[in-house]
Amino acid sequence: MAGSNNLKVTPPRWLLAELSYKCPLQCPYCSNPVDYTQYQDELSTEDWKRVLTQARKMGAVQLGFSGGEPLTRQDLPELVRHARELGYYSNLITSGYGLEEDKIVQLKEAGLDHIQVSIQASTQELNDHLAGTASYQHKQEVARLVKKHGYPMVLCVVIHRENIYQMPQILEMAESLGADYLELANTQYYGWAHLNRDLLLPTREQFEDAEKIAQAFKKKVEGRMKIYYVVPDFYEDRPKACMNGWGTTFLTIAPDGVALPCHSARELPGLDCPNVKDYSVEQIWYESKAFNFFRGFGWMQEPCLSCDEKEKDFGGCRCQAYLMTGDMMRTDPVCSKSPDHAVIDEAIEAARKAALQGTEKPLVFRNSKNSKKLV
Amino acid sequence: MALDKDKAISFSPMHRLQWEEAQDKYVILYPEGMVELNQSSAEILKLCDGQRHVNDIVVELEQKFSTSGLADDITQFLEIALQNGWIKQP
Ligand code: SF4
Ligand code: SF4
Repeated sequence: MAGSNNLKVTPPRWLLAELSYKCPLQCPYCSNPVDYTQYQDELSTEDWKRVLTQARKMGAVQLGFSGGEPLTRQDLPELVRHARELGYYSNLITSGYGLEEDKIVQLKEAGLDHIQVSIQASTQELNDHLAGTASYQHKQEVARLVKKHGYPMVLCVVIHRENIYQMPQILEMAESLGADYLELANTQYYGWAHLNRDLLLPTREQFEDAEKIAQAFKKKVEGRMKIYYVVPDFYEDRPKACMNGWGTTFLTIAPDGVALPCHSARELPGLDCPNVKDYSVEQIWYESKAFNFFRGFGWMQEPCLSCDEKEKDFGGCRCQAYLMTGDMMRTDPVCSKSPDHAVIDEAIEAARKAALQGTEKPLVFRNSKNSKKLV
Repeated sequence: MALDKDKAISFSPMHRLQWEEAQDKYVILYPEGMVELNQSSAEILKLCDGQRHVNDIVVELEQKFSTSGLADDITQFLEIALQNGWIKQP
């Protein structure tokens, strides 16, 4: 085990319940594993209820129901009700696809606290192209209904090269829909986004322009709309503090019951992530190899090990280190102190070339046909 | 946005105020976030019931803790709470 054993382990606060990998949309930046079709098994209602109960007892309080598309689970209202009884603050993270008014009401009665609707772009054409499905009109309607039924309305737009030029229109759309929260999530390059990076990564100029517009808007709507701006760390010189520290705060449960310290951790080799069918959440959190692997600082290599910033960013993201350098123990290459930092510049350059000169590669949409090819 | 002394204060329906056993404190929950409260902040917020005005809250808490001169602290905290959207006035 790489992690250190003599540090105080804090209990989980956030639980992400990925109910199903099924999804009617095909976003090419989806953070699900590219080989998701391998994991067809889904936990039963009873399994999920047990997991929610166990994690709540440990201190988890924020709960996200996501996927895939969580609405594909018929027992969603039952799980929401159970979560409410336990005292969770629960969030439905949905594409909105197939969400009808009676379901919105039913979920509210069951105790759902808020609904986060994702919209792919500010125009129908681009939204439907990116989603791989005609869904724009319906999503706008869902956003209105969410508000009508008294939920805080959280709008999420994933930002990348195909829609970043629409930033002003995206902000306008959020305002006219009356969003209470707007999440502008620059794409993080894991899963399908990693595969499509040359086509999705904006140029530095595009990124800087869009950020300026978003920051100005943030001031303008202060007090009315809260903006969460997730930066694309390729253009930063320090990595993000991944998961607030490995195994300190976040717990993800995948559709088949595998417990993950972060939702991309499935991509990491040799972690042997445990399944909630075999162990209690408490055993998993405190005792499993996977959750202890990158706890603390003992596992680090140089330059992180002797760096005075390691308590701020914990050496960055393990999945990014693995995807970009082939070694999950290395410093996140986003860090300018990393000896591998050049791979980030190369990725930026490759994407810029593809943007200027075009590329032969088409976007790979997230669907089971493509997933099976990628196994 | 400034606090109006002549209007009742209610806790925002877009947030939830809740006792957390595991953390041994009250917290405010909202989309993607959580604020941990100290005891006095929690006592103030619990009285934001859509009926009471600032003055009522001051009087009640001064009585409860057998003390005086809480008006400034309470008003200051309520101003912050209003800016953060935790409470609202009609
Ligand atoms: S990112 Fe798109 S394809 Fe992936 S789960 Fe969400 S809505 Fe479905
Ligand atoms: S060297 Fe490691 S710990 Fe230091 S700033 Fe870079 S990533 Fe963070």
